[in-house]
Amino acid sequence: MRIVFLIFSLFVLLGAVACSIAFGVTDIPFAKIVEAFTHFDASQEQLIVRTARVPRALIAAAVGGSLAVAGTLMQVITRNPIASPSTYGVNAGAAFFVVLASGLLGIDGQAPLTWAGLIGAGASGAIVFVLGSLGRDGMTPVKLTLAGATIAAFFFSLTQGYMLADGRMFDQVLVWMVGSVAGRNLDQLLNVLPFLGIGLVIALLLSRHLNVLAMGDDLAKGLGQSTARIKGLASLAIILLAGASVAAAGPIAFVGIIVPHVVRYLVGGDYRWIVPYSAVFGAILLVGADLGSRYIAMPSEIPVGVATAILGVPFFVYIARKGRRVG
Amino acid sequence: MGSIEARGLTLSYGGTSIFESLNLTIPDGLVTVFIGSNGCGKSTLLRSMARLLKPRDGAVVLDGKDIARLSSKEVARKLSILPQGPSAPEGLTVLQLVKQGRYPYQSWLQQWSREDEESVRSALEATGMAAFAERPLDSLSGGQRQRAWIAMTLAQQTDIILLDEPTTYLDLTHQIEILDLLHELNGRDKRTIVMVLHDINLACRYADHIVAIREGAVYAQGNPADIVDASLIEAVFSLRCDVIRDPLYGTPLCIPHGKSARKNVREAFVH
Repeated sequence: MRIVFLIFSLFVLLGAVACSIAFGVTDIPFAKIVEAFTHFDASQEQLIVRTARVPRALIAAAVGGSLAVAGTLMQVITRNPIASPSTYGVNAGAAFFVVLASGLLGIDGQAPLTWAGLIGAGASGAIVFVLGSLGRDGMTPVKLTLAGATIAAFFFSLTQGYMLADGRMFDQVLVWMVGSVAGRNLDQLLNVLPFLGIGLVIALLLSRHLNVLAMGDDLAKGLGQSTARIKGLASLAIILLAGASVAAAGPIAFVGIIVPHVVRYLVGGDYRWIVPYSAVFGAILLVGADLGSRYIAMPSEIPVGVATAILGVPFFVYIARKGRRVG
Repeated sequence: MGSIEARGLTLSYGGTSIFESLNLTIPDGLVTVFIGSNGCGKSTLLRSMARLLKPRDGAVVLDGKDIARLSSKEVARKLSILPQGPSAPEGLTVLQLVKQGRYPYQSWLQQWSREDEESVRSALEATGMAAFAERPLDSLSGGQRQRAWIAMTLAQQTDIILLDEPTTYLDLTHQIEILDLLHELNGRDKRTIVMVLHDINLACRYADHIVAIREGAVYAQGNPADIVDASLIEAVFSLRCDVIRDPLYGTPLCIPHGKSARKNVREAFVH
């Protein structure tokens, strides 16, 4: 049953990607989209499809799925329902390092910026982890959330301060800072894809172990799990997924919080299903949000990060009120 | 058979030492209950026996081997632990929970075997949870939920089962139900059961062996009828009481003395 629904969801994703390619400021008929790949004639519509719409839709799908899976992993290993790459400052750290690398060091090109994103994600994640583990009772969800909020604010402030000081960066980075998948090319996607792919494979391989870890450290250890190893591998996957996502699309918030909750509600508590479903649903959410964001202030476009925030805030309040148990 | 003992065990928590070179042998195939006042270290000792807490010195020895030198999975095939107040992810069904008990037998290659299936089935039956297998854990009563957790530890097929206050948060009916179940499991399969209990009277009724802990040391141990008396209760719990024979079971029954509130009632009754 769940496999049927998963395949159905994949078709929904496919449909969303197709709509994302077809609709926007210029609507392009589906037949023309196919022609852009079968009979390329360099017409304006075909150019829009090949250079703008397709990369944009695919990046949205890849980044959305990755952030959702990263959020799922974080919620399990910290047993905190509001954990996500954005609440724990991982996105902010990655963003700061990307801005710094491109501005201060003058690095250009997606490949080095991806590494900057990974390093930033790893660094901020490590800081939050250490801050959240200080004290006698070790790592607790409350301490981690506080540490995450602090580090997120810290890195965003540093980033903004740097952007203001270096005026020429302001315009180009501002849109990216909110989170946007527009104006990307296929090379940028291909650059981050290996990292996202490895992150996803690790997450899928870990899913069976997450079922045990979700019951808490004591029970997991009692069942013979090396919890430190599982958490270490999950952290690696989170850094790959979140760091590379930020490098490609900026620090998009809320996808990592919303999706795991929706998925758990739909498919129950088994992470062997939650992880793949999160990937597909995250992709659908971001492709959909990106599509929707083209219509909010047409003909100008709003970055997709704004759309996810509009969707995410009420959801966040709902989770906080309900206090859903993750683990 | 599963034998477990502490040899020269020194435990500390957050810098303060709790046990100093403790030696303790848990009798095989019996129900052992740790009693003691809050913060005396009984849960800490139980946790260290399941290697959830690293000893600062000494060792917990399982079937002749130091558990710190065994792999996590090896330990988990011989010894299971149910921590206090366990919680599962929302929406998890009883069957999904009990299946997790087979985790120590699985590897990247070996996923789900016939033996796993059989262990899960018999665990569900032994705990009377077979009818609830497909129910989400959240939809069950406290007692049923605790039985599901016990079923999970049973599916682990270990000779030794440790339980940290398995009856906390349960009403009296369910406390008795859970202790009856554990007694039954011990009688049927001769599994060694070690648990922490707060209720001294239930401890006396269900334990074959009581270990009374005071300030990080074993104050006394033995059969409840032999060791539990007013002086032991006073020493371990700092509580004055009379200990009489339980009129139904013949085991020690502790009648605590109150301080002042009901003193006149008691005096009127006694005279």
